[in-house]
Amino acid sequence: MSPTPFVVLSAILFTIGAVGVLTRRNAIVVFMCVELMLNASNLALITFARANGNLEGQIAAFFVMVVAAAEVVVGLAIIMTIFRTRRSASVDDASLLKY
Amino acid sequence: MISTATTVLTEAAHGGHVPVVDPGSAGSLALPLVLVIALPALGATVLLLGGRRTDRFGHLLGTATVAGSFICSLVLFFAILGRDAAHRQVSLDLWTWFSSGRWTVELGLLYDPLSALFLLLITGVGSLIHVYSIGYMAHDERRRRFFAYLNLFVAAMLMLVLASDYVGVFLGWEGVGLASYLLIGFWQYKPSAAAAAKKAFVINRVGDIGLALGIGLIFTTFGTTSFSKVSQLTSAASAGVMTAIGLLLLLAACGKSAQFPLQTWLLDAMEGPTPVSALIHAATMVTAGVYLIVRSQFIFEYTADARLAVSIIGTITLLMGAWIGCAKDDIKKVLAGSTMSQIGYMVLASGLGVAGYAFAIFHLLTHGFFKANMFLGAGSVMHGMDDDVNMRHYGALRKAMPVTFLTFTMGYLAIIGFPGFAGFWSKDKIIETALAQNPALGICALIGAGVTGFYMTRLMLLTFFTEKRWEPGVHPHESPKVMTVPLIVLAALSVLGGLLLLNDWIVTFLAPVTGAAPHEEPPLPAIVISLLAVLVVAVGVALAWFLIGKRDVPREAPAKVSVFTAAGRNDLYGDAFNDLVIVEPGKSFTGGLATFDRSTVDGGFTGTASALAGLSGRLRLAQNGFVRSYALSLLAGAALVLLALVVVNLG
Repeated sequence: MSPTPFVVLSAILFTIGAVGVLTRRNAIVVFMCVELMLNASNLALITFARANGNLEGQIAAFFVMVVAAAEVVVGLAIIMTIFRTRRSASVDDASLLKY
Repeated sequence: MISTATTVLTEAAHGGHVPVVDPGSAGSLALPLVLVIALPALGATVLLLGGRRTDRFGHLLGTATVAGSFICSLVLFFAILGRDAAHRQVSLDLWTWFSSGRWTVELGLLYDPLSALFLLLITGVGSLIHVYSIGYMAHDERRRRFFAYLNLFVAAMLMLVLASDYVGVFLGWEGVGLASYLLIGFWQYKPSAAAAAKKAFVINRVGDIGLALGIGLIFTTFGTTSFSKVSQLTSAASAGVMTAIGLLLLLAACGKSAQFPLQTWLLDAMEGPTPVSALIHAATMVTAGVYLIVRSQFIFEYTADARLAVSIIGTITLLMGAWIGCAKDDIKKVLAGSTMSQIGYMVLASGLGVAGYAFAIFHLLTHGFFKANMFLGAGSVMHGMDDDVNMRHYGALRKAMPVTFLTFTMGYLAIIGFPGFAGFWSKDKIIETALAQNPALGICALIGAGVTGFYMTRLMLLTFFTEKRWEPGVHPHESPKVMTVPLIVLAALSVLGGLLLLNDWIVTFLAPVTGAAPHEEPPLPAIVISLLAVLVVAVGVALAWFLIGKRDVPREAPAKVSVFTAAGRNDLYGDAFNDLVIVEPGKSFTGGLATFDRSTVDGGFTGTASALAGLSGRLRLAQNGFVRSYALSLLAGAALVLLALVVVNLG
């Protein structure tokens, strides 16, 4: 089984995620794009792990999932708080911390 | 207790004999030798550290320590007088002052006939002036401090003349400079006194540089700075080096002794209390330059060029001082001009070499007597005239102050060289020697004697004769006994000082230090020269009588005066010259340096800093608060790293 389609899929997913992070203003959508990028990298890790016949990539994928879950908890809480104070979930509105 | 002390004579370059400093050990003289310095030093310490607690007896303690010093000096003097000439130099090593590389400086005392005479002058005249100051400063609430400074001065001056090493001389030299500064500025609430003190200090530093460099050159040349060792080595040194050392020492002497071109401070120094002018700026400290030259005879004997320079400087100064003395109306400034002039005589004599050293010292002693006498007399007059110093406000004081008048007259007769008085013998000898060695300088000295007769007669006439021109409300009165007794003693010395020349005593006494002069025949018989000098002085006196005594003296100084008088009143434009040649260029130079510092040095630093600050201001704008732009830069960075990895791995 050739790993190429998986890697291509992973690259496509990552690119979609990255473009989404850079172009979308809604914090929830940005967040979902970040998840997409994380899962794209998970897919790449597992693909290469299978191709090389060892388990290290698969273990790394589990770590990524755990971190992503924790990040979702903290990130969603922050977005909630911002929305409560500003009545907006746009990332561009939360731009007070600057020069 | 004399071991192997012999006066070794070496053949000098010009054919005379240059004595070497080769002292024996002090033995039983050690105690008085130490005490003579220690007493006034102790007095100064107690009075300065004791503070107000010593106010009650400060003046008595100060006088007692100097009087004790005088007794020690007498003991020492008579002790060496009883010995034969070869055994009159003794030294006492105290301790090693410092040691650095090849250079070891022993702090030691050297007592020889030259120091002996200075000791008697400093402590003797010093004691009299201390006694006088008790009366003169009676109403000054800082009298104790005044006596402390006077004691400090005496201790430093004794260190200067007793040191056995050039570095020791330097210690005393700076000490008297400090005391002079403190005492000129004693009434520091007067801006003029504070300025005069600063001026004296600064100008003296110029001379001190000469002494410091001279000592440095002596050390690099001979590897030692002690008199005895240097004097044994000088015969082998090259003439050029000796001339350089001689000229540096001359610069030092010019500073301390107010000789041209460093003469301007002395006239301003008259801002100090009058006893200070008498002790420091007439009798003792200002003669330190003459001491230095005579003490360094083992250097000057090998350099005729430096000696000629010394004589010329002395001659210029003696004429300048006399000129200034003619034009001033301030009694103390006339005396200051006269001091410059008389020290000019001494410097002239000390530049004449072995024939002149003894007469320089002789004139120094007699001048110490009569000038201290006249300064104290001037102080007594000022005391009676409510501290007015303008002679145009005096007149006819001989009735009001008979003792001051009589004692002042003795000083006057001595300074103009009236036959029989002290100054006659000493000045006559200098003129005679100068005429024999260098007729041009001798004739200048002769002219100077005539001018001295003129300005001193003018001072006498304006002060004690002519009609009253007193300020309203001034009631001149004779000063108290405590002031007149020192005047009487000094007047007696002014009359009898010439006795030192009896049988050529002073010349023989100083011979172990200065060398014995080969007999030289003056161009004219000595008696003719004496008569000529008296005649020239008589012309000066007569001129003063016709120009001042026979006319009415205006109370205000006439504004329209000749160029010569105007120049004299302005100290021959010495200050203007210094301003033009040294102060103004110095100011421009330092101003330029300050501008350079501000623009270039500071500018470089502040410029770099503000450029960096501007750059960071630009960089800061990158922190714009938009999360997505941070994400973009993150992505760009990651892409860059990837690209780099690809390039490296492929390459």
